[in-house]
Amino acid sequence: MPGAQPQTDTGPRVSWPRQRASETPARLKIRARDVNVHYGDNHAIRNVTVDIDDKTVTAFIGPSGCGKSTFLRCLNRMNDTIPICRVSGLIEMDGQDIYAPDIDPVLLRARVGMVFQKPNPFPKSIYDNVAYGPRIHGLAADRAALDHIVEQSLRRAALWDEVKDRLAASGTGLSGGQQQRLCIARAIATSPEVLLMDEPASALDPIATAQIEELIDELRRKFAVVIVTHSMQQAARVSQKTAFFHLGELVEYGETGQIFTNPRDPRTESYITGRIG
Amino acid sequence: MPDRTPQSYYQSEAALKRLRRRRRAEWRLQACGIGAIALAGLALTALLWSVISKAGDALSETYLALPVTLDAAEIDPQASADPARILQGNFTGLARQALKARFEGVRGRKVKRQLHDLLSSGASFELARHVADNPDLIGRTITFDFLASDTTDLYLKGAFGRLEPLPAAGALVLAEEGRTTLRLDAGADAFVPVLERLGKTLRAQAERLRTTAARETAGAESFARLAETAASPDARAEARAEADMRRARAAALRAQAAVLDSRAAGDGIDDTALLPLDDRMPSVLVEIAGGWIKLTAVAPRRAEGEILVLPDRSAVGGAAVSGWQLHMTESPESARKVSDRQIVWIESLRREGAVKQRFNTRFFFASDSREPELAGIRGAVVGTFWTMLVTFALAFPIGVFAAIYLEEFAPKNRLTRFIEVNINNLAAVPSIVFGLLGLALFLGVFGVPRSAPLAGGMVLALMTLPTIIIAARAALRAVPPSIREAALGVGASRLQATFHHVLPLAMPGILTGTIIGMAQALGETAPLILIGMVAFIVDVPQGITDSATVLPVQIFRWSDFPERAFEARAAAAILVLLGFLMVMNGLAIVLRKRFERRW
Repeated sequence: MPGAQPQTDTGPRVSWPRQRASETPARLKIRARDVNVHYGDNHAIRNVTVDIDDKTVTAFIGPSGCGKSTFLRCLNRMNDTIPICRVSGLIEMDGQDIYAPDIDPVLLRARVGMVFQKPNPFPKSIYDNVAYGPRIHGLAADRAALDHIVEQSLRRAALWDEVKDRLAASGTGLSGGQQQRLCIARAIATSPEVLLMDEPASALDPIATAQIEELIDELRRKFAVVIVTHSMQQAARVSQKTAFFHLGELVEYGETGQIFTNPRDPRTESYITGRIG
Repeated sequence: MPDRTPQSYYQSEAALKRLRRRRRAEWRLQACGIGAIALAGLALTALLWSVISKAGDALSETYLALPVTLDAAEIDPQASADPARILQGNFTGLARQALKARFEGVRGRKVKRQLHDLLSSGASFELARHVADNPDLIGRTITFDFLASDTTDLYLKGAFGRLEPLPAAGALVLAEEGRTTLRLDAGADAFVPVLERLGKTLRAQAERLRTTAARETAGAESFARLAETAASPDARAEARAEADMRRARAAALRAQAAVLDSRAAGDGIDDTALLPLDDRMPSVLVEIAGGWIKLTAVAPRRAEGEILVLPDRSAVGGAAVSGWQLHMTESPESARKVSDRQIVWIESLRREGAVKQRFNTRFFFASDSREPELAGIRGAVVGTFWTMLVTFALAFPIGVFAAIYLEEFAPKNRLTRFIEVNINNLAAVPSIVFGLLGLALFLGVFGVPRSAPLAGGMVLALMTLPTIIIAARAALRAVPPSIREAALGVGASRLQATFHHVLPLAMPGILTGTIIGMAQALGETAPLILIGMVAFIVDVPQGITDSATVLPVQIFRWSDFPERAFEARAAAAILVLLGFLMVMNGLAIVLRKRFERRW
């Protein structure tokens, strides 16, 4: 597997340059080695080894059922909630094994936020949706601090201007795109280090999708973002690194431009040119 | 259409036939469905109609207004004016005196007893309380509304048939016959209408006798056949004897019927041979000169009768009295609880407006009593409240926590599956089995007080638990997993995700299930009977360890009592119970509608 080497993105299919030469080289955030996942007898992930950089958008692409979502859910141990799921191998965040016995998955999930495919705001007020994480983790000392966190998170999720007058309204009353941005605000309210996004725009219309994509680009300044997507265009637009999964294997991983312009593996080429998938 | 050659299979005759068949099948299904709904609606209407029509009698209670002299010697000889003393006075005696004063000339223990039975045994307590509250009334004569007995009440509501008038014309001459009997002579055929009505009754009686005789004859024939075919001579002889006996009985019955028929036809009845009226015949009453006479024998122009209420002295043995009235009740005296005398007394009180009907608030504010007119549901309602409180306090938290554990935390393995299956099985266990368990365990081992709402509530909680667990699990399962994921995704623990997000969303469903389970428990009788909540309890229970009964058990007991008035009370209590159930189910519907979420 190719390592993470800083490269200049010159891919013609990318809408705007992702990494500029002036930016500091990306730091390694998550290191996965020989990760295997079994659902009962089903071997869903086979020996996946991948390095995810900080302050970078990493896209996982691949056909349905290829294991990209499963692997994503390994990164915040969401798979723990599925009784028949077994994870083996090594996943480190900042050099710390996240499957070590002394790691609490609850705290890990506060550090590794997640946004799901379908917008799933709590059926509570917009304010409570965002404030829930900070509240249960005790991030705000008082009401003013909590207000500040909520406002910051909503601003960062580019939702503040649309909802600032109706924070007490129900989160489920928003439009689909707004709901998804609310979920992003909720995920970043706990100040995570990594943001996992499982096809965040697949249930949205093109305008909402564009908004989310813009947002992802903004979020990259602060977090490592890992996004699973079906849309290769989206991966090309938002990510700096792309991993192609096929049948539970990581087929190819590299700079987005390289993957889309010059794939090394014939399977990757077949997929991005639309022959498989 | 010029050309009808089928272009495709779907236009062919076979396809059209299939279509017609399909439509017919659909129509049949719809007809069956409508029929089923109509049947169910009819059954429900019939049920409600029967309950409501019966409960109507319990809606009002009857008072008899009688003047009563509050004799100080009977009530408060020391003139203490102390309410506690006054309450111990002889008010029963006063009430009886009031009756006696109103209906003079009542003699004999039996007749006096009948007179006293016009009033409820509770009437004197009410008089006592009234006087104790107003001691200055002592020594005065007041008109007090005495609570009527159930017999009086039911007669007035027509439960024993009504007194119907017969045409009465001409004038009657009254002649003293014995001490309490009179002879009534009419110039014309004044009693013919009576004889016609009696003839109808006699013919009906004869018809009944003949039906019985026919049954006996049929029995005799089958025994006669047996006498010919039986194997042993002994058996043949026995069968023959039985057949003979039955034939004889049938012949006797037919002879009786013939006698009745000839009487009905008026054969041999004239002014010297009167038609006797026994207590299996309708009662015929003559109201004349302020008195009431019950006919004991009747012919077209003459009748004999027993004096129930004495007519004017001057009318007897003197000139003919016109302006008399003839009354009849279809049901014979032996077939009803109210005697002819009582009917006459009640009717005379009614004529002078002394009979008052009032809305029966006592039914709601009094507790159980042996006397139907005094009985109410308050004790049962309060007992039901305590029992339901215990049931809810036990079943709701246990059920909800069990459901949360099974649904959200328990590993899905063989043990939890086994537990699940058995919870579902428990929901199907007959409730009386829970009663037996409660009897053996709660009363036998733990020593919970018998007949107490605590014991009843515990048993009903056992019974309700499976319902609540099943409903709560379904409600928890209906919460979309995305909510759990969202909570877990921001770093909530499973406990936090469950209690902050899943449980509040499942609560309406859980509450609906709980209310339905509680409604089930509310209508439960059998297990409570086993733990002794079927006792006769007059006091309103003050807590969960007092002896108590509950509404359905109260209904069960009342419907078991011989007094007819309890039937109406049971029906009214059923209506109250149905009201409670409807309120609870309505609440469940409101909860469901109000908090229903669409995902």
